[in-house]
Amino acid sequence: MVECSCNTSNEELAKQLDKIIDPYRDKPSGLIQVLTKAQNLVGYLPKWAQVQVAEGLGVSLQDVYGVITFYAFFSLIPRGRHKISVCAGTACYVKGTKMVTKALRDLLDLRPGQTTPDSRFTLEIVRCIGACGLAPAMIIDGKDVHGRLEPELIPELLEQYE
Amino acid sequence: MKSLEELAKIRESRREALKIRQGVPSKTEKAHIMMCGGAGCISSKCLDVVEAMKKALNKNGIADQVQIVLTGCMGPCDMGPVAIIYPDATFYRRLKPKDAETIVEEHIMKGNKIRRLMYRAPGSKEPTPKVDDIDLFAKQKKVVLRNNFYIDPTSIEDYIANDGYVALGKALTEMKPEDIIEEVKKSGLRGRGGAGFSTGMKWTFTAAAKGTPKYVVCNGDEGDPGAFMDRSVLEGDPHSIIEGMAICGRAIGAEHGYIYVRAEYPLAIERLDLALQKARENGLLGQNIFSSGFNFDIEIRIGAGAFVCGEETALLTSIEGKRGEPRPRPPFPANEGVWGKPTVLNNVETWANIPEIIRKGAEAYSSVGTEKSKGTKVFALAGRINNTGIIEVPMGTTLREIVYEIGGGIPRKKAFKAVQTGGPSGGCIPAEHLDTPVDYDSLGALGAIMGSGGMIVLDEDTCMVDIAKFFLDFVVDESCGKCSPCRIGTKRMYEILDNISKGKGKEGDIELLEELATTIKATALCGLGQTAPNPVLSTIRYFRHEYEEHIRDRKCTCNVCEFEE
Repeated sequence: MVECSCNTSNEELAKQLDKIIDPYRDKPSGLIQVLTKAQNLVGYLPKWAQVQVAEGLGVSLQDVYGVITFYAFFSLIPRGRHKISVCAGTACYVKGTKMVTKALRDLLDLRPGQTTPDSRFTLEIVRCIGACGLAPAMIIDGKDVHGRLEPELIPELLEQYE
Repeated sequence: MKSLEELAKIRESRREALKIRQGVPSKTEKAHIMMCGGAGCISSKCLDVVEAMKKALNKNGIADQVQIVLTGCMGPCDMGPVAIIYPDATFYRRLKPKDAETIVEEHIMKGNKIRRLMYRAPGSKEPTPKVDDIDLFAKQKKVVLRNNFYIDPTSIEDYIANDGYVALGKALTEMKPEDIIEEVKKSGLRGRGGAGFSTGMKWTFTAAAKGTPKYVVCNGDEGDPGAFMDRSVLEGDPHSIIEGMAICGRAIGAEHGYIYVRAEYPLAIERLDLALQKARENGLLGQNIFSSGFNFDIEIRIGAGAFVCGEETALLTSIEGKRGEPRPRPPFPANEGVWGKPTVLNNVETWANIPEIIRKGAEAYSSVGTEKSKGTKVFALAGRINNTGIIEVPMGTTLREIVYEIGGGIPRKKAFKAVQTGGPSGGCIPAEHLDTPVDYDSLGALGAIMGSGGMIVLDEDTCMVDIAKFFLDFVVDESCGKCSPCRIGTKRMYEILDNISKGKGKEGDIELLEELATTIKATALCGLGQTAPNPVLSTIRYFRHEYEEHIRDRKCTCNVCEFEE
């Protein structure tokens, strides 16, 4: 199992996770909310966190794993410091998603689903971020939308993400 | 607030304060700057413009006489960042931080409007200063997006000033539950999520269903690629959804609601959360609303990225914290929804229509639209078109009007090829049907669907085999895997399309695709699977020659497909 690589110890994280779980204790319906917050805390969902969530909410570990693997948002493996989500919605596809992914591949040697060796970037392809008017677009770290992308602009754009 | 009088008091005082946005100059304020805060303008860096505006106002010492408001999406995303300056309703586009000072010092302080920042109609040398005169907006009719130009989505007072919560007050104090349902039925409103089922009928079934408690659910899991209508409503006018849902709660006897929003829309979640808090603080959610004895509250549920959760039974399962897999219907959600209890589930846009129907009456509402499709429809216009963004038009507007008059036609003088509606469940409509009125039944007859409102324009450079493959790839990826027609069938269809697109197609492939499509449509478990073959069927129907060309001549006229040697 891959352990968390950041500075906070697992014990410290486990304590914080307990706080997240508290309002949902023995309430299986809170599973998706708790997992969302847990992933935001830890960065991904390692087995120890899954076990803790399962016990806290009173659901089986199997159900926790089932939900994690069903929804695209959840990850079982560590990800880079910055998540690049390239939009592959229809408008972006028509206007050049392929060109954007190729540029990222050339620049970072990164393919969808992969993380750079220095853990700086993780690349993923997402389905429509709702910025169709600005196609082709990508979103970094779930909040910064970059639209009207052109391959030449990408290197400079990535510089602000250390 | 406990009474309609209190609501009226807030409305009147706030309306007075906002008169400037109706074009009435104010004695105390010089201007209201409405900056579009839709996702498009935010990614075009409108927040930097806002900062520059604030600086310029401070520098000139008039910060207390000018309000800057971040509104919901105004629509024309490709012109962003855009802004409207009241009281003169001047529309500025493509704003840069450096324009802020000019606007403040010239326009606001001296009354000299900035011509270079104004919109110019294609082919016209003269700019169009006023927002209402701009061709792009003049053809539209705003019902669902009624507030997006005028209100601050984070202010409940702004919403109230524009007749917000009047409909809820009326529903709670003047109408019986069955009157509310009757009014919605009479309005002819059909579900805006895509299928077009009568909203009033849905409510009737749920009201009549046995079992308590009942639930009201809003489907904000806008997963169709190429669609961002719901997002603009959630971000721009969250109270309209809350009000619509509360009215339904009264009508069917429910006290609890859920709004299911996809995690990809963080701003929508933030604004919705704030709106719920404000509604609670003002007694518009909670116990004994308007002293009527009616209790209602709403919880947000966040989707974690699964397209199938837009399907109603899958969404309801996901609300319960489980894998969002669909289940067979019947039982329909009206009888067995969340937690197995009777549930009304409507789409975001449907909910935003409800307050208007109750406030103005079914008759006024249904005076817009066609015989069987009443009201307006919001579309997300994108792809190879000049004016991309959000538009709202009366049902029955033709595709030609949308593409050429509102959308401004195709860029770089390219020829129009088709418009794709309904995302992975819809189809492509070719040029010969451009004069089709947009309504549920006309689009259905052409093999497309209304869908939730994504409208992607394709030009002569778009290969239709490639587009069909794109949608199938999407479906294969998003199929939940529960039923074999969808899980295996769409995969086989994808493989055939992939071969065709690589020059490895065989005679008989088209027929095989059609056969598989028919079987999947007839046997898949849920709406996702049943409609998945539509993009393939509709492209075969109208562009069969392109498939044949790929197979027989190993040729892609549009030069999109790469053939293997």
